[in-house]
Amino acid sequence: MKNKVIKIVLSIILFVIAIIIPFPNELINNCIFALSYIIVGYEIIRKATRNIFRGKVFDENFLMTVATIGAFVIGEFPEATMVMVFYQIGEVFQNYAVNKSRKSIASLMEIKPDFANVIREDNEEKVNPEEVKIGEIIVVKPGEKVALDGIVIEGDSMLDTIALTGESVPRKANIGNEILSGCINLNGLLKIQVTKQYIDSTVSKILDLVENASSRKSKSENFISKFAKYYTPIVVMIAVILAIIPPILTEETFSDWIYRALSFLVVSCPCALVISVPLSFFGGIGGAAKLGILIKGSNYLEALANTEIVVLDKTGTLTEGVFEVQKIHTEINENEFIKIAAHAEHYSNHPIADSIKKYYGKEIDEEIIEGAEELSGLGLSVNIEGKNILIGNEKLMIQNNIEYIKCEEVGTVVYMSIDKKFAGYILISDKIKDDSEIAIKELRKNNVKQIIMLTGDRKNVGEDVAKKLKLDRVYTELLPADKVEKVEELLKEKTEKGKVVFCGDGLNDAPVLALADLGIAMGGLGADAAIEASDIVIMTDELLKIVKAIKLAKKNMRIVRQNIVFAIGVKILVLILSVIGSATMWEAVFADVGVSIIAIINSLRMLSVKKV
Amino acid sequence: MKYTYIIKGLDCANCAMQLENEIKQVKGIQNAVINFFTEKLIIECNEENKDEVINTMKKVIKKENPDVTIEEI
Repeated sequence: MKNKVIKIVLSIILFVIAIIIPFPNELINNCIFALSYIIVGYEIIRKATRNIFRGKVFDENFLMTVATIGAFVIGEFPEATMVMVFYQIGEVFQNYAVNKSRKSIASLMEIKPDFANVIREDNEEKVNPEEVKIGEIIVVKPGEKVALDGIVIEGDSMLDTIALTGESVPRKANIGNEILSGCINLNGLLKIQVTKQYIDSTVSKILDLVENASSRKSKSENFISKFAKYYTPIVVMIAVILAIIPPILTEETFSDWIYRALSFLVVSCPCALVISVPLSFFGGIGGAAKLGILIKGSNYLEALANTEIVVLDKTGTLTEGVFEVQKIHTEINENEFIKIAAHAEHYSNHPIADSIKKYYGKEIDEEIIEGAEELSGLGLSVNIEGKNILIGNEKLMIQNNIEYIKCEEVGTVVYMSIDKKFAGYILISDKIKDDSEIAIKELRKNNVKQIIMLTGDRKNVGEDVAKKLKLDRVYTELLPADKVEKVEELLKEKTEKGKVVFCGDGLNDAPVLALADLGIAMGGLGADAAIEASDIVIMTDELLKIVKAIKLAKKNMRIVRQNIVFAIGVKILVLILSVIGSATMWEAVFADVGVSIIAIINSLRMLSVKKV
Repeated sequence: MKYTYIIKGLDCANCAMQLENEIKQVKGIQNAVINFFTEKLIIECNEENKDEVINTMKKVIKKENPDVTIEEI
């Protein structure tokens, strides 16, 4: 690459000398041009001659060689040299652009662990992660990458998951936590029992996904390769016709028409498109990966830009998926109330009881609890500090003739009385995620026509969430098979170009993920089935990432369209101008290299993901 | 089995695709993917006659594009 730059510079210097210094004999100027040409074009000519023998006539090296040598033959020395110089500048620039994007994706590939410290016969051994078996224990020191998925059995630490999730806040890892390969251990020493072989671990799944992304090509990319296949031969054929027929039919000279034909050869390479279109897809997929959005192929990125209907699962996608105390209404002191409630529920291991205890958050004093009795289908009767506590559902209050205040909100309500006197209620429900509302609004801003929720949950709960988030439609009490049916209906309902995107946590909606035009699995970390069944994996469970992905896709398609229209437009324009004789080889070389460079710069915009 | 190679010397994504198609034609290779941007060639073939298949593939690469080199990782 450096060599190439030196050659180009040298050749330009010679070129300038030949132009500005009026040597007494024109032959000297022409020799300098020729020298300049050979310095910069030798490589191309070498490749071209080699390719002819292999029958590759439409190879770009060959076309450039013919165009420039032809120009020499008809005496256009400066043009011949400059076309080659520009062509090489274009090549250098392409190289630069490709390298730049390669580097940007390389940081993503750095999650690959090089070794694992495995404990064998009480000794620590440094081995290839692929050699570690399930059940073995690995040690991860501060600063090292976690090589395999596993469970922490000793130590606690903070983990940097930015490479996996795009999330810059470190995560805690304690004994019993499941941790994923690809994270970086920040401070403490961790001992991990391996639960998956390297090949099935998160890190190798992700790497596999990124590396294979290029096998699924978008329509635009396929269009470009088809275009390239026909464009070049057609242009070359027209060039040949131009060089021969008009001079025979008219009185005009051969050299005039050959010159026009040579301009054709210069623009006959579809380089601008062949490089820039895949480059923007690559940049888009790479940029998304940095945000923790894994897209399995450019076809999916393309489809995402046409999102028309977004179907969302409720639990875990729009809501947190965990039950939390939402509201407390009490007649007495709130702290006292929750303390009694938590103590009363102490011996219960119902999820509702857990959420009350979690909300209380302090030590339970077992000594003050006496005689807990379960009242089946109603709740509990417990004595705390000598007072009789009844805690449970509405029926419990009614049966005991306790006057209570009914909670009007949706969710699970726990009522409590102290010595048969109503003390208050606790509303527990699955919390809507903080970013759900903004995400829904943003989706609408990005031309999503309908947002629909599917849930297996009860009607009133589902409709409540849908109402709060102002969704277009909601279908509740669905079994997994019903979800498939609904998505099938939606696929019929959408317009031809529009796409139905289903987004769920992937736990039990693998069939729907696969059925929709695009399946997005949320919180993909660790959920293998989801990674496999979906087309796009969002590593964290933030709904806003979907919006980001759609924006990214739209930006990508805009750039691709701009490049296609611009490149083809300019080329056709120059071709027409060449035929009528008003475009010189200079314009032609701009149409080729200039357009290529501009298109590549445009594509490189996909690498800067922050501006999405 | 899947084998991964580092592939260098490709000029553009289109050349990569052409080469990919050529490699797919090689007898014994079930699937081939060239990722131009990560410079990786991933092929699927049976383990038994791997050496033979790889040799044929190398010849095909050499013929299609003499500037391309591959190296197993």
